Amino acid sequence: MIKTDILIIGAGPTGLFTVFEAGLLKLKCHLIDALPQPGGQCSEIYPKKPIYDIPGFPEVLAGDLTKNLLEQCKQFEPGFTLGERAETLEKQEDGSFIVTTNKGTQHHAPVVAIAGGLGSFEPRKPLISNIASFEDKGVEYFIKDPEMYRDKRVVISGGGDSALDWSIFLADVASEVTLIHRRNEFRGALDSVEKVQELKSKGKINLITPAEVINVVGHGKVEGVVVAQSKHIEKEFIVETDHFIPLFGLSPKLGPLGNWGLEIEKNAIKVNNALDYQTNIPGVFAIGDVNTYPGKLKLILCGFHEATLMCQAAYQIINPGKKYVLKYTTVSGIDGFDGTRKEAEKAVVKSIE
Amino acid sequence: MEQDVNIKITDRDGVTHDIVAPTDMAMNLMEVVRSYELAPEGTIGVCGGMAMCASCQCYVVSDTELPEMQDDEEAMLSEAFHVQDNSRLGCQIQITPEMEGLEVILAPES
Repeated sequence: MIKTDILIIGAGPTGLFTVFEAGLLKLKCHLIDALPQPGGQCSEIYPKKPIYDIPGFPEVLAGDLTKNLLEQCKQFEPGFTLGERAETLEKQEDGSFIVTTNKGTQHHAPVVAIAGGLGSFEPRKPLISNIASFEDKGVEYFIKDPEMYRDKRVVISGGGDSALDWSIFLADVASEVTLIHRRNEFRGALDSVEKVQELKSKGKINLITPAEVINVVGHGKVEGVVVAQSKHIEKEFIVETDHFIPLFGLSPKLGPLGNWGLEIEKNAIKVNNALDYQTNIPGVFAIGDVNTYPGKLKLILCGFHEATLMCQAAYQIINPGKKYVLKYTTVSGIDGFDGTRKEAEKAVVKSIE
Repeated sequence: MEQDVNIKITDRDGVTHDIVAPTDMAMNLMEVVRSYELAPEGTIGVCGGMAMCASCQCYVVSDTELPEMQDDEEAMLSEAFHVQDNSRLGCQIQITPEMEGLEVILAPES
């Protein structure tokens, strides 16, 4: 069981900044995120895109913002449970909470801060009627362990970065890699596109374009996929394979959070914005894009503000009645949980002759 | 208002809405749908309007002359589901005076 002071659900910008603000109050944080890396949308959807409305940053790439937030909070030693989705919330008799993920990892904390953005990212599944019956029997939407494809035949479909990058990677692992896309053109980093071109020329990747997988065949496990060439040609054939990996990106879903007894409005969690962003469950807060209140704006900078106020309320729950006074980091410096200290340089007091 | 245009948007439940949209607020079609709350929050405009998610896909049913499709919109549509010949991404259609009379149907959520 992982124990912490504030359990944060969602490791996007709001969740990461919470670690910093909580740290100033000497509260420890642990974050859960369904994605395998921190940053939320900023690292999953648009890491290379600029953001212009982070105060003090005229322009910052979303990926760099994530990097900076991790750097800013690292002395407060946040824990991470990544690649797992928070599934259940159970209130304990003492008012604390146990949150369990889809993989069974349990977390215990007196305060839960939901910073879940638009929800957890789920794979977008292609519209193939029988695909569900082959899930985990040769159909995978994520590549978790590349070794399971060693010396196996693999079909990947999709036209973006992940389809390209995994085709390149698996070309050295799998016995056979086939990449299927609806168009001849791919959207990805230039060097990935060029690398696939090179591997295709060497015969290490079979490229089938423009085409689409329309069916999966097999007895109890994937044995092949039915491929239709672009609709103008109308030609269908079977590609024999052991695995079919559709990589069509991810889309966020509120998911299990919706069943936690929280008051939901417009796919977001209602909070008390006059005070502390607490939900209808005392001790559970919702901050950032996941919450809603009159006048709500889904902006990263608003998430930062909400996180800061929420931490004050969390302090009161964790340390009832204990006095606290707001400190300015410039005046007090920052004492990390790792023993480091950051502080302003002392002014020189010296006479001038 | 003379700078407003009239457009018809059919939501995912099949209900058609007559919408008046401003042309001077740099809005795109996805944002018009959101501002009129014609699709639940979180199911449209997920990426914010960067042609990176296809949650604002729609079918254009009027013969309105639309801005030409750019590479990123075309690439995104080639990865989206439920795509038809008249599919466009709402976030890539700016509301300009030329959009008067535009009629679209929102594509299913995927």
